[in-house]
Amino acid sequence: MNRTKRDLPKPTTSSRPENPRAIDRRTFLAHSAGLAGAAAASVAAPARALDDVSPWSLSPGKPMSGYGQPSKFEEPVKRFVVQPYGAFGPGTGISRTPLHALEGTITPNGLHFERHHNGVPEIDPAQHRLIVHGMVKKPLVFTMAALARYPMTSRIYFIECGGNSNPNSMSPKPPQLPAGAIHGLLSTSEWTGVPLALLLDEAGVEPGATWLLAEGADPVAMSHSIPLEKALDDVLVAVYQNGERLRPEQGYPVRLVVPGWLGNCSVKWLRRIKVTDGPMQAKDETSKYTDSMPDGKARQFTFVMGVKSVITRPSGGMKMQGPGWYEISGLAWSGAGKIRKVEVSADGGASWTEAALQEPIFSKSLSRFRTPWEWKGGPAMLQSRATDDQGRVQPARAPWLAQYAPQQRYHNNSIQTWAVSADGSIANVYL
Amino acid sequence: MSISRIACAGLGLAVVAACAVAPTSPERSPLGGYGRAATARELAAWDISVPPTGAGLPAGGATAKQGEAVYVAKCVACHGEKGAGKPADVLVGGIGSLATPNALRTVGSFWPYATTLFDYVRRAMPITNPMSLSDQETYAVTAYLLHLNGIIAENDEMNAKTLPQVKMPNRDGFVDWSRK
Repeated sequence: MNRTKRDLPKPTTSSRPENPRAIDRRTFLAHSAGLAGAAAASVAAPARALDDVSPWSLSPGKPMSGYGQPSKFEEPVKRFVVQPYGAFGPGTGISRTPLHALEGTITPNGLHFERHHNGVPEIDPAQHRLIVHGMVKKPLVFTMAALARYPMTSRIYFIECGGNSNPNSMSPKPPQLPAGAIHGLLSTSEWTGVPLALLLDEAGVEPGATWLLAEGADPVAMSHSIPLEKALDDVLVAVYQNGERLRPEQGYPVRLVVPGWLGNCSVKWLRRIKVTDGPMQAKDETSKYTDSMPDGKARQFTFVMGVKSVITRPSGGMKMQGPGWYEISGLAWSGAGKIRKVEVSADGGASWTEAALQEPIFSKSLSRFRTPWEWKGGPAMLQSRATDDQGRVQPARAPWLAQYAPQQRYHNNSIQTWAVSADGSIANVYL
Repeated sequence: MSISRIACAGLGLAVVAACAVAPTSPERSPLGGYGRAATARELAAWDISVPPTGAGLPAGGATAKQGEAVYVAKCVACHGEKGAGKPADVLVGGIGSLATPNALRTVGSFWPYATTLFDYVRRAMPITNPMSLSDQETYAVTAYLLHLNGIIAENDEMNAKTLPQVKMPNRDGFVDWSRK
């Protein structure tokens, strides 16, 4: 299947009417119009007798509401919660975004992944303060009301946990989980806030300063060191997420968003920025979020998230509905820039087809790729491989794994393989 | 633009000219200056981070011998007897194991700086009651864990001077990747 996106055949479904039920409805209306004169007194009765008139169309619906919620039929679409310490630390762990149940590129706020180190603090924005100090001329304190007066910037960025996709690196056998339960420490939002550079400029960074420490107000005071160069480049002090104030799980009332870098840098519940002349060597930049190598050394400050993609549909745990044309749909992203190309294979990487990339394509953001695929009813191995505008190419699993010490859990950007069986079931496999 | 003109209307001709220009230039925004000066008291209370130099470590000091009681009272439920772990992280052992297939990464075998241990215990532990340990208790439990790992002696006092001087076994085990 070495076709370009131009000469790929359209799925057969596109030649069918958009909604077959619409035809039935029109037939019904024409028929009932002819009967109208004869049965004027009992118009409602025959309508209910016809099984293509749905019950929700026959009585008034629910009234308006102050804050809308998803349909009750979408109730199964939830984050995958993992609490490794159980009752000892119920707020210590993760929840993953159900990527396979979503489309487009923006993550609904209630489904953004979570990584908390001791629960979600309930912060009163009227009491919360952000302090900027250390190697600055004027240490400053910002109330949330003061912060809200600064000029704001909106940007669409992904945040990916450094440990995303680690079920595929830690588990000796491929875990039979949906795509979101493997790769869902990844979400994308439109973040609105104040460029950190602006606040640092007001405080007046002193010569010799090279790093800063960002610290949260959660009950571990989660902290991470960030090079000053990045802080002055594109880091946002974010207040809004997809148009509304941050959700508590996402750092309400204020967080850092450090575009393209491992999620741990994007410190939530931000209360303090200390400008320094070196990294603080905090717990989460030494004992965790460092990459252990076979020689016993560990790479530290591996900030940039690698170029990566995953097919979200069809994917693990789904079932094909018989042979025919399907749309392969997935996500691609890079912490270093824009996605330039995504290739898709149905034969485990023996041959590749370039997928269509949906515009607009933003830097350090998710891109949606799609390509039609004809499943002929036999076994298939679906893969996607992303390339970014820096020329970085997503690696296969085996060479990615071989770089590191056993059980290394961070930065797994290797290619995911979904195996389609003749019976239409889809499994996670290692290739 | 129109809002700023209304605001400036009553201020006289000299300022009207300046006000009419300011809001249209995105490079030089007139917005800003909304922070207030931090007080010395705020800085002292809020700055809890400890770098490898030990700058900012509090007064006081304690030994491993004193730390054992603190550990048994506040830490053992999650980290097990003598730091053996479960349900939370193992804190002791694994020194020399990092290049083997069964690497055990603990405070003793993996953490590059002893200051990080003090910093993290003070800000985050115990998980059910963070920031409840006194500085003295924090020094004590830090000393206890370093001693369990065979890094200091039972009666070595850990304080603002001695703690940054402790050389952790894996001090040179990290490669800075921030420029890659």
